[in-house]
Amino acid sequence: MGGANSPSRVLVAMSGGVDSSVAAALLLEAGYDIAGVTMKLWGGPSDTGCCSVSDVDDARWVADQLGIEHHVFNFGDDFERHVVEPYVADHAAGRTPNPCVECNRHIKFRRLAHRADALGFELLATGHHARIVTTDGGVRIGRGVDPAKDQSYVLHMLDAPVLDRLLLPVGEMTKDEVRRQAEARGLVTAAKPDSQDVCFITASAGRRKFLSERIGMRSGRVVDTAGQQVGTVDALELVTVGQRRGLGAIGDGSPRYVLDVDATSATVVVGDRAALDVSVTPLEDWRWASRPIAGPLGVQTSAHGAAAPATVDVDGTAVQWSEPRRAVAPGQSVVAYAGDIVVGGGIAARPVHR
Amino acid sequence: MAEPSGAPEIYLDHAASTPLRPAARDAWLAAAQRHHANPTGSHLAAREARRALDEARGRAACALGADPGEIVFTSGGSEADNMAVRGALGLRGSGTVAVTTAAEHHAVHDPVERSGGVFVAVDERGIVDLEALADVLDARNGDVAVVSVIAVNNETGSITPLPEVARVVRDLAPGALLHTDAVQAVNWIDVATETAGYDLVSVTGHKVGSPVGTGVLVARDGVELDPLIVGGGQERGRRAGTPDVAGAASFAAALVETAEQRDGSVERLRVLRDALIDGLTDRLGDRVLVSSARANGDRGHIAAGIANVCITGVQSEALLFLMDAAGVRASAASSCSSGAQDPSHVLAAMGVPREVALGSLRLSLGHTTVASDVERAVEVISASVERLDRFEGG
Repeated sequence: MGGANSPSRVLVAMSGGVDSSVAAALLLEAGYDIAGVTMKLWGGPSDTGCCSVSDVDDARWVADQLGIEHHVFNFGDDFERHVVEPYVADHAAGRTPNPCVECNRHIKFRRLAHRADALGFELLATGHHARIVTTDGGVRIGRGVDPAKDQSYVLHMLDAPVLDRLLLPVGEMTKDEVRRQAEARGLVTAAKPDSQDVCFITASAGRRKFLSERIGMRSGRVVDTAGQQVGTVDALELVTVGQRRGLGAIGDGSPRYVLDVDATSATVVVGDRAALDVSVTPLEDWRWASRPIAGPLGVQTSAHGAAAPATVDVDGTAVQWSEPRRAVAPGQSVVAYAGDIVVGGGIAARPVHR
Repeated sequence: MAEPSGAPEIYLDHAASTPLRPAARDAWLAAAQRHHANPTGSHLAAREARRALDEARGRAACALGADPGEIVFTSGGSEADNMAVRGALGLRGSGTVAVTTAAEHHAVHDPVERSGGVFVAVDERGIVDLEALADVLDARNGDVAVVSVIAVNNETGSITPLPEVARVVRDLAPGALLHTDAVQAVNWIDVATETAGYDLVSVTGHKVGSPVGTGVLVARDGVELDPLIVGGGQERGRRAGTPDVAGAASFAAALVETAEQRDGSVERLRVLRDALIDGLTDRLGDRVLVSSARANGDRGHIAAGIANVCITGVQSEALLFLMDAAGVRASAASSCSSGAQDPSHVLAAMGVPREVALGSLRLSLGHTTVASDVERAVEVISASVERLDRFEGG
């Protein structure tokens, strides 16, 4: 579509938030031929600024302000299959998944990218706070300029075929700067609060209600590291490694932490703070961005966490932490950085226990 | 505003809203310019407005086979449908139910659902199953406040045999009010004759070529309803609010012209509709399914200007995008407020598998459609499907 000299067509994923609004504005001003799209992913209740009719309205309103076309695509079936069902299955298996990572992997950067191809858009853009960096080894995801808003962790899986056609204009800006740019243009989303947390879990009903509508909650035994039963939990599926609260009064009253969740035997192992520390975290599904890196790296294990010094086994089977640190809940994404550049990523596995 | 392309428009979404008829435009302008007064007043200007309103009421009544006093002007079809269902339930009180079909427009479906009503199955053509209806009415044993059936389905064009339904309802639920949503029907069937046995009939202006914002509920003499909107007692206490004289005049003009032209346009548009379906089948093969004629391809029960087809292997959302960029305006099922396409409850009720329904297109023809529109649409839709095939359905 379009002649040799016509501007590239860009499909901008507009959530109805300020970041993607500014992303669209900047790309339009840079001369791209853009259209906005809001994905309808979740039909159930939501309170975290995702997929609601008012968010679609906000995105459409910004598109109108910019004078661009706006469309709505319903990827609800794909979201259910690739994000919600695995999320539920992970919890049933005693794991702690990152559904936003899976949404990016399967929906935004596969399903939407595929749709963009079919509809004749050469490029795709989002409002994520991350940068696309060209290195000697090829194109990579890097941290966004605003450390407090950096989203490279949830985009760690993006590889060259996606990155080569992706634009992340607000990754070069702080959040304050994004809001200033939105205000300067009078965009209706300029003062809209940031969305947080998992879009399909409401704060009022919570994870428990969501999961209990889809799977049975199983009670479990709570045991200490010697195997002695010290209590029970009524919903094994809601227990996370590292968790301290919600285990009831157990033992002598000193703080106890979840060290392991064994879904097969419905057992939660607890211990003191020191017992939570590990020097190795086993990995699964690890993928290096290009060649394996044997030397020291920064490794991050949660969306809002910081990277800790570590090495990753070149075969991608484990992280070796430079200093002992709290155990990583199985199911969490583990992302390795060289400086600000993502060099590999995978998922924390359950350590082989005793 | 950036346009997807400069392609000339081929408008095949008449079932969502059809272009303004010149006669309706002229009637609106004449009434709006002439009648500035509130028709409920007593002075000369008000009385003249009142006379124009009554004249519109009379013309609408004539076109719909009703008496002028049976015409209640509303804001449109949704209000008329809500008024029929909720008005009947409101008056009959608790312990009564509304009964409707599984393939209704949301303006009937939702008030029935909210009231805890009963949905009767439809067959694979989208037409109410008369035996299932009889079973429901029998089982409810006299507590049915209202039975509502769609006259011509807004998504599939399936035509309900209204007199047959009326016989079943009168026989088994003699105390129930009988309503039909005839919003799509006016263009395709003789509503005056077909709805003669119905207590309540909903129609709306923008499906026949007058502006959005005016509809009618025909409420037969003696039929009592709990009003949705109370206030100044207009429309004989059945619907409060200052009457829209220009809207009523325009609607009446569009209704009259539609009724006068109906026989000819049904014949003309059936030929074009069949050319559209057959053209798509020639280009794309047996992956083109007529949604309500899956069993034997017979289109006898489908309104002349509506082609609801499912094209297997593509998603209508992507297909509609490419069609739009090439100038062809259509929709997947009915129009939807969020803009996103959800699989249609009507197609589901007809037993169309979900993966097939995801490729549904409603192509609806109307008074401005010409043969070249259909030729162009066949070309654009086929080329769009072929493009999506290269991307595995988009």
